[in-house]
Amino acid sequence: MAWESVIGLEVHVQLQTRSKIFSSAATAYGAQPNTQACAVDIALPGVLPVMNHQVALMAVKFGLATGATVNCRSIFARKNYFYPDLPKGYQISQYELPIVSGGQLAIDSGNGEKIIRITRAHLEEDAGKSLHDEFDGLSGIDLNRAGTPLLEVVSEPDLRSPLEAVTYLRKLHSLVRYLEICDGNMQEGSFRCDANVSIRPYGADTLGTRTELKNINSFRFVEKAIQQEIQRQIELIEDGGQVVQETRLYDPLADETRPMRGKEEAHDYRYFPDPDLPPLIIEQAELEKVRDTLPELPDARRERFVHQYQLTPADADQLTSDREIADFFETTADAAGGDSRSAANWINGELMARLNRDNRPIGENRITPKALGALICRINDQTISGKIAKDIFSALWEGEHDVDGIIDARGLRQISDSDALEQVIEEVLGRCVEQATQFRDGQEKVLGYLVGQVMKATKGKANPQAVNAILRQKLSP
Amino acid sequence: MAISKSDVERLARLAHISIDPEEVDSYSSGLSRILDLIDEMNQTNTDGVPPMAHPQDIRLRLREDQATEPDLRELFQSSAPSSDRGLYLVPKVLE
Repeated sequence: MAWESVIGLEVHVQLQTRSKIFSSAATAYGAQPNTQACAVDIALPGVLPVMNHQVALMAVKFGLATGATVNCRSIFARKNYFYPDLPKGYQISQYELPIVSGGQLAIDSGNGEKIIRITRAHLEEDAGKSLHDEFDGLSGIDLNRAGTPLLEVVSEPDLRSPLEAVTYLRKLHSLVRYLEICDGNMQEGSFRCDANVSIRPYGADTLGTRTELKNINSFRFVEKAIQQEIQRQIELIEDGGQVVQETRLYDPLADETRPMRGKEEAHDYRYFPDPDLPPLIIEQAELEKVRDTLPELPDARRERFVHQYQLTPADADQLTSDREIADFFETTADAAGGDSRSAANWINGELMARLNRDNRPIGENRITPKALGALICRINDQTISGKIAKDIFSALWEGEHDVDGIIDARGLRQISDSDALEQVIEEVLGRCVEQATQFRDGQEKVLGYLVGQVMKATKGKANPQAVNAILRQKLSP
Repeated sequence: MAISKSDVERLARLAHISIDPEEVDSYSSGLSRILDLIDEMNQTNTDGVPPMAHPQDIRLRLREDQATEPDLRELFQSSAPSSDRGLYLVPKVLE
């Protein structure tokens, strides 16, 4: 039987604030254990939560950017469960009336644009961390993370393949970084994903029983975890079994999903409105103020890049997935005297390859848009050849920044002067008599070899077009 | 609406409280009486009345996003039953 997979994602977006959602303790990552956990975070008796204004504004920003309804009145609720890293015995979350409902993201599904609906986005506090391995028979609890603001973004089960799921996730990641509401660091847990996965026969309109995959911490693992879980469910059902609704963890080493050791009745959270927190009210005027701060969003920017800079949609897509890269591109194109296509090629090609190789974000790269722009100008005015440009690019990558200085200091100027070139070409033809004869006999391809020899003899400095022309002239019957 | 004996036991388990088996009956009848009262209230017509989330007609106060809390770990951990290297220690929990 042919099966269709149905996937919905729940993404925890850690909001990039200085202080926690309900206390004035700091949220900086990597502090010594429990040094950023105040009386409210560790739930001492008698303390009361006071909400961080910035958190509300960030949620509003997200709502506006996804075309959602921002609820002018939203309610905080208590989600009750017992775990040592949750000292109050409940997590403050939103249940019946979240701050954001509805909304959507458009993704590229491989054959056109597809709309993924966002059910809701609600605010909640994060829990602390438990460390199980270091203490004999005991667990260590670090409450620094307790109370860190999270926006949980819940999608409808509109995703139909692991690839669509990861495409949606990347889109969401790009969006929250554009909005500057989340640093997007998956290793540090600032952007975490749970996936609800089920399968059904193609064409069926009811949903199968789903399982929930928890805490998958990279884009690659999201795709693999969902892939494995779909495969497991198909094999289970085709062998006459049934999918059990449960929470599973993905083990990247074994590349398989496993049931989480059972927390009995863990899903009975007994939500109720938190009496410590009256309704959160967002005034229309405030909403409009946030709307004015919205940056140009990735989709709009991509469209603009295609038209303004004459880029292919694929190039524009790659350049706009990250706000900093897009900014880098625009400054480079400007510095390159408007040669936006070359700017796009250098950034999407050479620069991306090096960033990926060293696993560096663009912010930590030493090439400035000004220098890259200057390099492109020197290629275009034929001061240097494309081959030499790559060498200079390497020098820029290593931290040099004066393109003209490098060209002069190393004598890299392209040789276009035909007298100088003719000399070299004569010398090459003297050595390559056989190839010259082959070309005269009609073997066009040999010309490439001869150009290569000239380039080699000039250490890459010869102007290839000029060499081509002179060679043809000399070899013509 | 009646709360059964097994409901009482389940609620106690969820709330992590132990109850004397002999008292289960009285809990179940006591809790059932509360639900009966709610059933009675449910007969009131509330069409067009928005659900109440908070008894007082007030809105949430908001504070500026500033980290001002000092590090009081030592003070807090002085009253914790057990701590080590800055961590609170608790009986082992498994995930």
